[in-house]
Amino acid sequence: MTTHSNNHYYVPHGALYPVTISAGLLALASGFIFSVATDTNKDLAYLQTPGKWMMYIGAAIIILMTFKWLSAVVIESITGQYKQWEDKSFRIGMIAFICSELAFFAAFFGALFYMRIISVPDLAAFDPLFTPYKDFLGTWPSAGPGGVVLGTEYTPGKLTPMGAWGLPAINTALLLTSGATITWAHWGLLKDNRKQLILGLFLTVALGTAFLICQAFEYYEAYTHMGLTMGSGAYGATFFMLTGFHGFHVTLGTIMLIVILLRSMKGHFSAKNHFGFEGVAWYWHFVDVVWLGLFIFVYWL
Amino acid sequence: MSTTTVAHHDEHTDHPTGIMRWLTTTNHKDIGTMYLTFSLIMFLVGGSMILGIRAELFQPGLQLMNPDFFNQLIGVHALIMIFAALMPAATGFANWMIPLQIGAPDMALPRLNNWGFWLLPPSAILLTLPFTLALFGIGDGALATGWTFYPPLSIQGGIGVDFAIFAVHLLGISSVLGSINIIVTLFNMRAPGMTFMKMPMFAWGWLITAFLLIATIPVLAGAVTMLLTDRHFGTHFFDAAGGGDPIMFQHLFWFFGHPEVYILLLPVWGFIPQILQTFSRKPMYGYKAQVYSLIAIGAMSIIVWAHHFFTAGMPVPALLYFMYSTMAISLPLAVLFFCWIKTMWRGSMSFETPMLFTVGWIILFGIGGLTGLVLADVAADAQYHNSYFVVAHFHYTLFAGGIMGIMAGVYYWLPKMTGHMYNEKLGQLHFWLTAISFNLTFIPQFFLGLAGMPRRIPDYALQFAEFNMISSIAAFVLGLSQLIFVYNIISTVRGGKKATDQVWEGAEGLEWTLSSPPPYHSFSEQPTVK
Ligand code: HEM
Ligand SMILES: [Cu+2]
Repeated sequence: MTTHSNNHYYVPHGALYPVTISAGLLALASGFIFSVATDTNKDLAYLQTPGKWMMYIGAAIIILMTFKWLSAVVIESITGQYKQWEDKSFRIGMIAFICSELAFFAAFFGALFYMRIISVPDLAAFDPLFTPYKDFLGTWPSAGPGGVVLGTEYTPGKLTPMGAWGLPAINTALLLTSGATITWAHWGLLKDNRKQLILGLFLTVALGTAFLICQAFEYYEAYTHMGLTMGSGAYGATFFMLTGFHGFHVTLGTIMLIVILLRSMKGHFSAKNHFGFEGVAWYWHFVDVVWLGLFIFVYWL
Repeated sequence: MSTTTVAHHDEHTDHPTGIMRWLTTTNHKDIGTMYLTFSLIMFLVGGSMILGIRAELFQPGLQLMNPDFFNQLIGVHALIMIFAALMPAATGFANWMIPLQIGAPDMALPRLNNWGFWLLPPSAILLTLPFTLALFGIGDGALATGWTFYPPLSIQGGIGVDFAIFAVHLLGISSVLGSINIIVTLFNMRAPGMTFMKMPMFAWGWLITAFLLIATIPVLAGAVTMLLTDRHFGTHFFDAAGGGDPIMFQHLFWFFGHPEVYILLLPVWGFIPQILQTFSRKPMYGYKAQVYSLIAIGAMSIIVWAHHFFTAGMPVPALLYFMYSTMAISLPLAVLFFCWIKTMWRGSMSFETPMLFTVGWIILFGIGGLTGLVLADVAADAQYHNSYFVVAHFHYTLFAGGIMGIMAGVYYWLPKMTGHMYNEKLGQLHFWLTAISFNLTFIPQFFLGLAGMPRRIPDYALQFAEFNMISSIAAFVLGLSQLIFVYNIISTVRGGKKATDQVWEGAEGLEWTLSSPPPYHSFSEQPTVK
């Protein structure tokens, strides 16, 4: 059944990168926990500084090792270890990975729908005689009715929701265009037109960066002028978690695009053999699609 | 199709030795061995924790520990057993056996495979570290919420909750990597001629498991991330004051949690029929029916989650929907049971240890499934929810259905993996001790639950004393019998009667065509399947 041009499957030699990354993750996670331990237990405030250092060290290890690991893969690729059979593995793997990412975003979209359709209206739908939330209307966007949270009083601030047709619309245009430019770059690669490939990638990186700058500006506006923060109840939580995780993925995608751009300038990739390029392009399209969902359900409707 | 040659990886046969071999390995057998060893160790760790619980429950009143520590032991026991014992055991078998069964040179993404394993020890450290830290006066121990993390308790808890959240994150990454690897291997590495409908059942079970993991583990990751931000960054996902809802967490958690119970069992449903056909010496009955049932169960498992919190309050139509859809899962499950029994029907059966475990498994897991149907009844569940009846139900599915299934697999494949036969007498002794003490541990818990004893409470009313005493004594016998298992495995790895290539008279499939133990690189030549 499996059809492959060659019949040797490349099993890479062992390496210490995975174990080291795991150790880095352990340091990052426990460091983070120590650094915020004072939130739940004031006696643990002394752990804050050592925790931070553990985090930095962990993060440094992860970044360094990821970089080394991927360079090893790039070297294996340009020395011709990967043929069609391995290439197909990478493709299927990438698709499965993107599916898992979609499921991750689905959790947050699920939370958004649940709060909008179920929990916020329900809080306003108590019998008026008994409701603890007298003036709560249950309309969206909502920062919730307020009340006591873990012993401290929470009063929802007045928030202005993020309108769809200002910056977000521009951001949509930026990302959609970047989807087109990367496809254009791909066409260039397929035609062995390196200029078009490099120019297309460069434009994509520029558009991605512009998107990130716009989003940083939007967050700044939200916090300083609109009273919209992560603590702004249902709307604030879903807004920042969804756009935040998306922004994080755009950042990763942009870094990967830069790597691919540099590799293209070095002459890597050929019309036949360019999984590295395609993997990043797929990832970029995935980020694009998630953004459309965000634009429609978080900003617009 | 002609035989395809897969060249030797001579340059890699001289792999590093000692600790470096295990840290760096990309070999599917080495990685499988690490998964299985890790699983066995964590099984003992999680087991000793729960013996502490049973000791406390031996008598009414508080004797050994304070309630908070009691709850911590329960939660960490469950997380360890599910994520660090049962799941790694299934993944270990997948790594060892899938390439052998489908005639592949190795797993498709070997380095990621290595990472998938090496994420587990850090997660085990994260899970258990809070206990140690508490000894040094840092924090107040592990999470005390049970394995389900329900808010608001999990939002009020101390650093133990944070450690568990990150442990779940790492375990999640590991499972997703493992799943990606298995999906790719099954799609891309099958021997020429092996169509999907000729794939061994174990591979099918794992393929569906892998899809379920990819669909649900990220949702769990999202849910615990929301917990984390509620705890430290001021969001209100699970707090009514901000428009959130603690019950939303239950939805997110069980959207993962219910498929998870099938994730734990689908691999077992894969190799059980293979063991049955070997020891009944006739081909498995209803291959296609089994494959379609596995797919149906996998698909349906994603749409029934709310049966875990019927009593939390939801509209009546929702209750009805979740009740009937849950009950409907038992239909494809019944098809599987029928096929398993029909495979044995009129076979020339023999009862070596793997077969003993398998037959015992069918009966005990059957009890687990039937009691599940009882719980799925909304009206009845109002009485049984959060009682010891639920505890008994899921131990019949998870200990009998999961762990005892895995044990059948261990006895079945150990001779192939080590090249030595295990001690048959000790194996049978292990089976009988396990089966009897398991039932003595958990049957009383059904009665306790029906009589109203709640779970996760360290003290109980006097009328529950006798059954709890029986259950505790039997639990210690059950725990100690596992030492026989450990001893048997270790002595088999060390030496023993040589195993033949086929090992079992009735064994069929590609893995039995290789030598026992198989060469370091499995199929230097991909076989052709007709
Ligand atoms: C036809 C089969 C099954 C049905 C109808 C069923 C139904 C249920 C229901 C309704 C509950 C919730 C009870 C309550 O909390 O009030 C439950 C709990 C549980 N079931 Fe099942 N079940 C089935 C099979 C399984 C299997 C195969 C497994 C595991 C492999 C399993 C594992 C569990 C676990 C772990 C819990 C308790 C979770 C917790 O509260 O911590 N069940 N089952
Ligand atoms: Cu369930």
